Amino acid sequence: MKIPRLLLFVIIVAVVYGIFKAPGFFLKQPIPSSLILMYMFFVVITVLLWMTSTEEGMQGLVGPIKALIEDPGKKRLRNIVFVIVPLVAGFITYQQIKPSYEAPVELRSIHPAPPASIKVFNKTFSLQTLENPYRKLEKEDPAKFTQLVKEGGEVYFKNCFYCHGDKLNGRGHYAHGFNPLPLNFTDIGTIAQLQESFLFWRISTGGPGLPKEAAPWISSMPIWGNFLTEDDVWKVILFLYNYTGYVPRSWEK
Amino acid sequence: MRLFSVVNREIPIAKRRSLTALFLLFFLFALPVVKSADFFPAGIDTVYASEDAAKPATPAGEGEVKAAQPEEKKKEYPPAPQLKESDYPQVKYINGRIMTWMVAQLHLWFAAFVLAVPIFVFIIEAIGMATKDKRYDKLAYEFIKVSLTAYSITAVFGGLLLFTLVVFYPDFMKYMANIFSPTFLAYALIFFAESACLYIYYYGWHAMETGFSKWAHLTVGWMLNVVGTMLMFFANAWVTFMMSPHGVDANGVFEGNLWAAIHNHLWNPINLHRVIANVAYGGSVVGAYAAYKFLSARTQEDRAHYDWMGYTANFIAIAALLPLPFAGYWLIAEIYAYSQQMGITAMGGVFAWLFITQAVLIGALFLSANYYLWCGMERSKGAVKYTKYIKYIAFVIVTCFLVWFTPHTLILTPGELKALGGPYHKYLGPLGIMPAKNTAVNIMLLFTFLSFMLYQRCNKIPTVSWASRGNAFQIAIFVTAIINIGILGIYYGYFTNTVYKVASSVLQVASTLSVIILCTVINIFMYKGAKEVAPLQWGKMPDRSQYALFLLAVSFTWLMGLMGYIRSALRQHWHVYTVFRDSSPDAYTPTIGYAANVVTVATILFMAFVIFIFWLSTLSGKKETAHH
Repeated sequence: MKIPRLLLFVIIVAVVYGIFKAPGFFLKQPIPSSLILMYMFFVVITVLLWMTSTEEGMQGLVGPIKALIEDPGKKRLRNIVFVIVPLVAGFITYQQIKPSYEAPVELRSIHPAPPASIKVFNKTFSLQTLENPYRKLEKEDPAKFTQLVKEGGEVYFKNCFYCHGDKLNGRGHYAHGFNPLPLNFTDIGTIAQLQESFLFWRISTGGPGLPKEAAPWISSMPIWGNFLTEDDVWKVILFLYNYTGYVPRSWEK
Repeated sequence: MRLFSVVNREIPIAKRRSLTALFLLFFLFALPVVKSADFFPAGIDTVYASEDAAKPATPAGEGEVKAAQPEEKKKEYPPAPQLKESDYPQVKYINGRIMTWMVAQLHLWFAAFVLAVPIFVFIIEAIGMATKDKRYDKLAYEFIKVSLTAYSITAVFGGLLLFTLVVFYPDFMKYMANIFSPTFLAYALIFFAESACLYIYYYGWHAMETGFSKWAHLTVGWMLNVVGTMLMFFANAWVTFMMSPHGVDANGVFEGNLWAAIHNHLWNPINLHRVIANVAYGGSVVGAYAAYKFLSARTQEDRAHYDWMGYTANFIAIAALLPLPFAGYWLIAEIYAYSQQMGITAMGGVFAWLFITQAVLIGALFLSANYYLWCGMERSKGAVKYTKYIKYIAFVIVTCFLVWFTPHTLILTPGELKALGGPYHKYLGPLGIMPAKNTAVNIMLLFTFLSFMLYQRCNKIPTVSWASRGNAFQIAIFVTAIINIGILGIYYGYFTNTVYKVASSVLQVASTLSVIILCTVINIFMYKGAKEVAPLQWGKMPDRSQYALFLLAVSFTWLMGLMGYIRSALRQHWHVYTVFRDSSPDAYTPTIGYAANVVTVATILFMAFVIFIFWLSTLSGKKETAHH
């Protein structure tokens, strides 16, 4: 049996919407409503484009709507539709604008751009040219490098793991007291995309070192430059990459 | 070249080859500065390694102590001035930045259009000469006619831009003139040369229609393109110097090497990106013109002509759109390589959501271009056997499109933020970074090409004995390429370091381009001497398809405005990044909404001018009809 075009359109849109809602129901990882709105907009557009790309398809889609409006024999159905459609539209509008106690959506960038240079440990560092002084030992002296990674691990477990967790996934003991949660270093979108100088900046200057743009920030990261040495910071960076298996962004092989 | 085989199947292969060679020769001439080494990340560290010592203008901190300069150098070239708010003239009721922004944007749009049109007019005229088909000549003439009025408006906005810069930013202009004054003079002279070439090319079209004079006319077209491209390269040198200054020290003191200032880190990426983008843009605007004429046509003959014109323009726009994402990716990779701050500001920081807007608009471009091709199948009676595939193509394109614009940092309600435990989604997060985007866009390009292939086939039946094997081979090429793109995107994108990630994107592009080239070559041989199902019915297009062409032009315009804003705003509070600070009252980064509003108003203004130009061409059309 051939499904009428208009019905097919409704079925496709409903099924796709269900697919987008599924991760929220089954995996506890809801796709944000803002994104579902964008997804659905383009799904609807694409289905319409496909269906109207031929004259036959266009008639199949528009024909029933045209008949509903123009055909005198469909007067009763028309009246029902003309009552239901405004009611549905009104209900959706009401849902959108009704007062809510929920805090407003945050439209902010969580990914700050680093400054050109920073002053920490009584020195000025140009982040453009700054490199981890121990990185070269990975090839030149693997034994020494492993030792440094181990020392970095000690720094991590003495200072960082309370928030960032023993698996570096941002789920430390104190993590649930923060919103947003501490950064998950095992996420491919975090340290794997960054240069080591970026991490040096974020660790050394913490939340207060974040740029003025897009302030106020809600980072709880302490200024580790006040508690750790420059060497400690470089070592803990080695550890972060070594543990997660990621390689810092660089322009060299 | 496949396009032209649709409308005229009598172009001999040898001629096609010579025309292709001619086209390549043009780009070899116009782009001598784009070195192959610059395409690859390996070239980046070479630049930095070799120039670190001699490149004092690497981004420096605001508070950084600036190096002392030799006394004689200071005398010859002054350092970048340290301005105060009061150094920027204020004109009552006029905001200097908004005015400069709007005028510069309008100038750029028109300039992009008038630089692009002669490129494909030259190619179409050459094809007309090779095939001796007058329709090409007529088409080329109509294209250049549209661009002529736009040329005058470009010059007007160029002059206005100069005035606004001199009025509102006199010290900045003085500083730039100290470094670039020779190029300013050269620019003015080349502008005259371009005007001369354009007027001879346009007004001499009918007078130079036969024999040797036609060759001379084509040569003028060639020269028009060369001088036009040179003009753009000069302007590109100024804007890229502002982003990645070279040839000056940390105080902005010019070291006397003009070539170093011109050939700065971002010059070549911008040159390449703009040449390709201009062609795509020019095609889309001419497509909108054809759609306008198609919808207002009163005779079947006119509908057929403007349908063909719209098809040709759409082909040009798509052909240039195919390599454009790669040129854009190269540009942004070079920006990131030059400055981590600029790279993150663009893609992950304050402008990240403008990039999502960009992704949405690019997706809209692909959808509208595909829709136009699908509707175009109505021209052929043999299309029935292929229309069933449209839904699969649409499915793949929309899936890739959704991946393409999925953001890494999501807009979340507090409830969603709590449920996810952070701003990143466990399953969608990986789709937010570049390997997923590159994979999606390559597959989107492949399927757009597939739409085009189906469109071309729908009216033909191959007569060669190996047709089924040819088809099987083409399917194999597609499948192999998709697998290759997938492996490159997933393995090298997520499980190796960033050097391989960036390098693998080059291989992904190579896969896509290989499919396009190989399948085109196979098609040329497979459909040689093919039977026609029925003559193509030019003009038999639904009116709704023409709105896809309008959407293409508007999306391109808006896109260029928004992305142009990002490129320029990446400098933030610097006139010249890290060496010449912008101290004007407007030296702040506006919100995304504010910037989008400014660009949108500029887009509406531009479109109003374009409609005016279309209307003017209708007037001259009426005059010509009256003469006949």
